Amino acid sequence: MSGFRLGGGPLDGAEAVAFRWRGREMTGLRGDTLASALMAGGVRLVGRSFKYHRPRGIMSAGEEEAGALVTLGEGARRTPNLKAPVVELEPGLAAAPQNCWPSLEMDAGAVNGLLSPFFAAGFYYKTFMGPFGGTRAWMFFERFIRRAAGLGAASEAPDPDLYEQVHGHCDVLVAGSGPAGIAAALEAAEAGLDVVLAEQDFETGGDLLADRDRSALGAAREALAAAGVRVMTRAMVFGVYDHGVAGIAERLPAGGAVRERLHVMRCARIVSATGAIERPFVFGDNDRPGVMGAEAARVYVRRFGVAPGRRVAVATTNDSGYAAALAMAEAGLRVTLLDSRERAPEAAAAAAAEAGVEVMREAVPVRALGGMPGGAVRGLVVGRHAGGGRARPVSRLDVDALAVSGGWSPTVHLSSQARARPVWSEDQLSFLPAPGEVIACGSAAGVWTREGCEASGRAAGREAARGLKASRKKALEAPEAGGWEVAPDAVWEVSAKGRKLKGFVDPMHDVTAEDIRLAHREGFERPEHMKRYTTLGMATDQGKVGNVVGLAVMGAAQGAGIEALGTTTFRPPYAPVSLGVFAGEHAGADWAPVRRTPFHAMADAAGAVFVDAGRWKRSWYLPRGQEGLRAASMREAAMVRETVGVCDVSTLGKFRVQGPDAAEFLDRVYSNLMSSLPVGKARYGFMLREDGMVFDDGTVWRLGEADFLVTATTGHAEHVEAHLSRWRVRWPELKVAVADVTEAWAGLAVAGPRAREALGRVAGGDISDDALPFLGVREMEVAGVPAMVARISFSGERAFEVYARPADAEALWDGLVGAAEAEGGGPYGLEALDLLRVEKGHVTGREIDGRLTLADLGMPGMASRRKDFIGKALLGREGLADGNRPRLVGLRPAEAGAEVQAGALLYAPGEETGFGLGHVSSIADSPHLGARIALGFVRGGLERWDGRMVMAKDPTAGRDVKMTVVSPVFVDPEGERLHG
Amino acid sequence: MRLPCPLCGWRDEGEFAFEGPAMDWPSLDAPEAEWVEAVFLREQPRGRTEELWRHAPGCGTWLVIERDNVSHEVHGARLARPGEEKALLKKDRRA
Repeated sequence: MSGFRLGGGPLDGAEAVAFRWRGREMTGLRGDTLASALMAGGVRLVGRSFKYHRPRGIMSAGEEEAGALVTLGEGARRTPNLKAPVVELEPGLAAAPQNCWPSLEMDAGAVNGLLSPFFAAGFYYKTFMGPFGGTRAWMFFERFIRRAAGLGAASEAPDPDLYEQVHGHCDVLVAGSGPAGIAAALEAAEAGLDVVLAEQDFETGGDLLADRDRSALGAAREALAAAGVRVMTRAMVFGVYDHGVAGIAERLPAGGAVRERLHVMRCARIVSATGAIERPFVFGDNDRPGVMGAEAARVYVRRFGVAPGRRVAVATTNDSGYAAALAMAEAGLRVTLLDSRERAPEAAAAAAAEAGVEVMREAVPVRALGGMPGGAVRGLVVGRHAGGGRARPVSRLDVDALAVSGGWSPTVHLSSQARARPVWSEDQLSFLPAPGEVIACGSAAGVWTREGCEASGRAAGREAARGLKASRKKALEAPEAGGWEVAPDAVWEVSAKGRKLKGFVDPMHDVTAEDIRLAHREGFERPEHMKRYTTLGMATDQGKVGNVVGLAVMGAAQGAGIEALGTTTFRPPYAPVSLGVFAGEHAGADWAPVRRTPFHAMADAAGAVFVDAGRWKRSWYLPRGQEGLRAASMREAAMVRETVGVCDVSTLGKFRVQGPDAAEFLDRVYSNLMSSLPVGKARYGFMLREDGMVFDDGTVWRLGEADFLVTATTGHAEHVEAHLSRWRVRWPELKVAVADVTEAWAGLAVAGPRAREALGRVAGGDISDDALPFLGVREMEVAGVPAMVARISFSGERAFEVYARPADAEALWDGLVGAAEAEGGGPYGLEALDLLRVEKGHVTGREIDGRLTLADLGMPGMASRRKDFIGKALLGREGLADGNRPRLVGLRPAEAGAEVQAGALLYAPGEETGFGLGHVSSIADSPHLGARIALGFVRGGLERWDGRMVMAKDPTAGRDVKMTVVSPVFVDPEGERLHG
Repeated sequence: MRLPCPLCGWRDEGEFAFEGPAMDWPSLDAPEAEWVEAVFLREQPRGRTEELWRHAPGCGTWLVIERDNVSHEVHGARLARPGEEKALLKKDRRA
């Protein structure tokens, strides 16, 4: 035996694997976990605890690990809070302890342990609410507390690895590949079903991996392959959702292209063969390094060939401790077994004794003794057990490891997630799964023997096959929960001479039995309250180790049983899953799809800078030379007012509304009349929500008697589409169809005093005022391609919108931009477009924020009195007619050039408190006026405030600016430019 | 959760948009009080209920799904616009 590695173990002769622990080179074997390699290397102190910085070692061999939490990797790949027993040892792995400073052995935070009376349950609530000034005190102390209490730190660098998401289907998903899971998978596969067997470990076998004779394991693996079972390793079924959807997180071996993979598996049946988790019980200093689960000790010896110590005590309250004692004794370790019970299982006790185990009955550990470097266990005080945990110290035992079994908790997570609340069994001292959507079997169903688990798995596989009508064989009788020879002992906490000792219920969150009694005394008695008050079960293991013991301690304090308390709710995930798994490929540039207009490449070639507008990339401005946003957009806006500009308007929502009742439909969804619109004309209109508030504005073009095109604001396009089709469904009597043609029409606006001349250069039809008056619509060729031309203006200038097929976008751009340039103009972007509309007082999504009526926008006349429409009934509600509602106004800073931001609140001078009069919605620097202008809302509107001063307060920027209220139409209020 | 689309079959919940209860709306000329009820004072039934869903990123169809909002059991689904079911399903069969 070299170090703690035993000779003749299953990993004998395996390839050596070099890794680093705290920067130190170490060697393990292929097939090791990080925990078994550390244990083999003699590492006992692995980390410091969450709150009191107590020294901790390896406590388990699974996901329930509460002591050996480590940080893996460096730089961008640094991953904190991993459990050493489930980290597969891979070449080059680098691991480090957490929550210790300056070093693991000399930890300054350990002083918290001396202050523990002050850090008891409810510490935060008591300290930071009430006399100390609450939030203010918390703000001051938070960073010290955060530094003192905690886990590892995640990397702040972007994750360089690739994650994938895969969708799958199967007939039967079996979670867990122990004896029960294998039997269930084989039974279902033999019935001809497509079976997936998912195992969270990197090896299949579960309990078979701890067999001395590996022949059963080999045979099982061959049978699975022969039966065509799809076996997944490193794949944890972390969640079961409605209708047979399971989430599986798969870790891939290091060095591959993908780091982790999410499988969303839709299963006709789900079988939970997830095993059981051994729990500890409370005695003095039960968290010292070297104290671990008895089953874990057996696994380290049998599966990895590693000894947890040389002189070991096993303390058990049930039959399972004998198997651990026997395994260790057979491996040559000196073992003493303390059984809390008077009666021992005869055969197991005899076998253990024969292997050299010293068996003590009615014996419990009272206190673990430390003193070795790092506080590791060096002995224990043995007590004579008088029942119920009461003990009298009788002797001392020198040991360097203590393996504890306080009973077993079936892993009922998956069946409980499917909303079958687990039921407490006083016989088994376990929560057992209730029947439900998930079929539980094996020790996940409280079956404790190998034969029982296999029979239970077979029965579960048959049940799944029969349920899916794949098997006509009769149902197999599943074994009942149980299998112990001697009933387990309800020992939760050891007390000596009536005194309770400081011991941990939930070592991961440093919750002691005394904390739970405190919660009881202070009235937090229900499991959900106890959990939140003490933080029991709120660590990353979610109470896998501590919850049942905590419930028992609370039950004892109340004089009630666990069955009266019940459990907290089980929710996915079963164990922590990295965020990358849920993000999958949807990160960075692939976070969401990007929409580009048909003119994107042309605008790009013209030097456009793009801006995100929803999912769209829109041409923002087209700088010349060193121009920035401001200079370029002001030049472009001036160009439109002086000559002509061309702007990409393809992002507007566009919907074709067709059918004999299309006109009636539009009359119902628009507030103004649309049925009177002649063919070949367009009309501006408003849609209201059902509650009477303005929903969106746009234009309606009548292309034929029963054929309309509807446009909507870019940002509202999807909502307008949903609104139209929703109401179409609600009015089945209307013969009408709605189709989204947003991406089928590529559009350019041509605006400015020279717009007609520019369009005339490339138009194949008559665009004179007679042929195409304001709001006229005509089909014609433009730049040699078929197009629809409408005389519509957003800028207040004479303007046209020209739409063509996306395939013809290049011809249209080249033709219209070329023509504009020949007239002294050119392309302009979104910023200039916005600036021009603010000058005209035209509203967009910045103004139409869902809280405004037509009257608030100064357009009460757009609500038709001649017909009914959506929103009309609630438009007349009391309060909406109040003349003192915020109304659209224009605003100008009293001092030229004063900085104001959209969102600033407006107040009457001298009354600058409360919600004020309204707010600023849009800001622009108008080249036309040579001044900064704004749109906003003021209570009472122009009627009350025209020409008067208001105060714009911008609390985020800390600025107050005086502004004058003016008309929202800054340019050409008479509309001469539009028609002229 | 999985939901049945009469046109596409069973699909994941993520493919659907919830659109509220499948309720009767007042007519446009109904009095204000009826609209206040419909917009602001809706029933919130517990248990078996009819809901309006849309198979938004799929076929786009509006559906009435009858399901239990406690157990999440689905009892049935139909196209929301009466009469459309026949037309669309017939067309589908021809295709």
